[in-house]
Amino acid sequence: MGKHVLLVEDEANITEAIRFLLSREGWEVDTHTDGATAVDKVRERVPDLVVLDYMLPGKSGLDILRELRAEPDYARLPILMLTARGQKRDREEAERAGVSRFMTKPFSNLEVMTAVRDLVELAR
Amino acid sequence: MAEDALIGTRIRERRQIVGLRQAELARRVGISASYLNLIEHNRRGIGGKLLINIAGVLEVDVPALRQGAEAELLATLSEVAERIAVPSEDASRVQEFAGRFPAWADALARTHRRAVQLERQVETLNDRLSHDPELAASVHEVLSTAASIRSTAAILASDGEIDSHWRERFHRNIDADSLRLSDSSKALVRFLDPETKAPDLLAAPQEEVEAFLAAHSYRFEPLEDGSGTPEEMIAGSFLLISDAARDRVRGLLAEVARDIARVPGAALEAAIGTCGAAPIALAAALDVDVPTVLRRLAARPETKLGLVLTDTTHGMTVARAGLAQIRRRALTGTALAMICRAQGAPGQVVTGCLSEGGGGSGPLYAMACAAPAPVAAPDQPPERHVSLLIRADVPF
Repeated sequence: MGKHVLLVEDEANITEAIRFLLSREGWEVDTHTDGATAVDKVRERVPDLVVLDYMLPGKSGLDILRELRAEPDYARLPILMLTARGQKRDREEAERAGVSRFMTKPFSNLEVMTAVRDLVELAR
Repeated sequence: MAEDALIGTRIRERRQIVGLRQAELARRVGISASYLNLIEHNRRGIGGKLLINIAGVLEVDVPALRQGAEAELLATLSEVAERIAVPSEDASRVQEFAGRFPAWADALARTHRRAVQLERQVETLNDRLSHDPELAASVHEVLSTAASIRSTAAILASDGEIDSHWRERFHRNIDADSLRLSDSSKALVRFLDPETKAPDLLAAPQEEVEAFLAAHSYRFEPLEDGSGTPEEMIAGSFLLISDAARDRVRGLLAEVARDIARVPGAALEAAIGTCGAAPIALAAALDVDVPTVLRRLAARPETKLGLVLTDTTHGMTVARAGLAQIRRRALTGTALAMICRAQGAPGQVVTGCLSEGGGGSGPLYAMACAAPAPVAAPDQPPERHVSLLIRADVPF
């Protein structure tokens, strides 16, 4: 059975493209668009990796990241953050909050897939 | 040295710049060369029509030769000295510098003002790029859409087989995203277009207006003695950079000119001599409204006076700061409450104590009164302007 990914992203077409790419490689993909309930979604079923958008309705990706890292169960959960905010201070803030990888939009499919594979491999 | 003491020096410097002989200038303004010589060596005072004529021959604005312009110039040059840490022994000779080299002093002051304006614009732009929600949303939209198109297009262009159902969906997604990208790019261009955004980037006009008023202490000699007009004063000012500030000062100076026409300086002094400086008594004696008297009192060369003017368009303007102490302390909640009360009852004179004093400084007292502004259009409710005069130590 493939690994399980939770994709938290409110841009429907980006979600569709990433879901297609991951599914094609055998990943099981859950998608979620609401920042406010994203942490609950993780708790419901802990994925092997979270792909998390930075700007989400309800709660920012940064706040979700902080909440997850505050819980010991998710301290080592691989989290790939996607963002249109490519400024240095945004990256530094995400790194301080414990992001596993920070990727700015627009990204290439190869970059996303490589990062997903690497992060899950490292977490083993 | 009196502020106006170097006016003769400036006339001489200007005459030499335009290459005019002393005798020729004297002849053209109808005075003797020896009298002009005395003026140029600051041994005779000058003002009124003679000053206007000399300025005309020398092709220079009267304010540039007068005290008001000099006050602005000196304030600006002192700012330059402070900013670039000119040694104190040189900084203290700023008046001499302005008097001996008026053209250089003028150029330095204007360059400094321009630099300050540009610095503010850069600061505003930086702030905007960092924090403007409209820009952040536009950039986010462009990048997110570009990410979606890039990812989807790469899937379609890949060698692998793609189910026809997915292929159609991706084509529709690209079509929709390209439309979004087109719209969000246009919004971004509109945002960055200097033609559409320039007015927002200007420094706060209110600061320019208050700096201008502070430099003159709300006393405008050219308007008092008829040697200048509001337009000449505005054109000759270093401190008014934005159109908005110039428009505001135009309105304020028009009011000052109306006040002077109603209550000339000599009439005010005569009335004070007869019935004292109580504003209500003066208003009765001069047959004008109390706000006019409050503004005219503020234009007298006293030191412990403050004047605040308010209207609905521009809010509150500190027209005469008086002592820096007054400026800092006067605009308390009490002052705002007095302004509101006055605005609600035009013609009613409102008095109050703004500060009980203490810490070595005396109490501050204020009087406020509102009057309708000049009518701008028919069938519109009248706008009410409030004048609030502040003085130290003595209650109204």
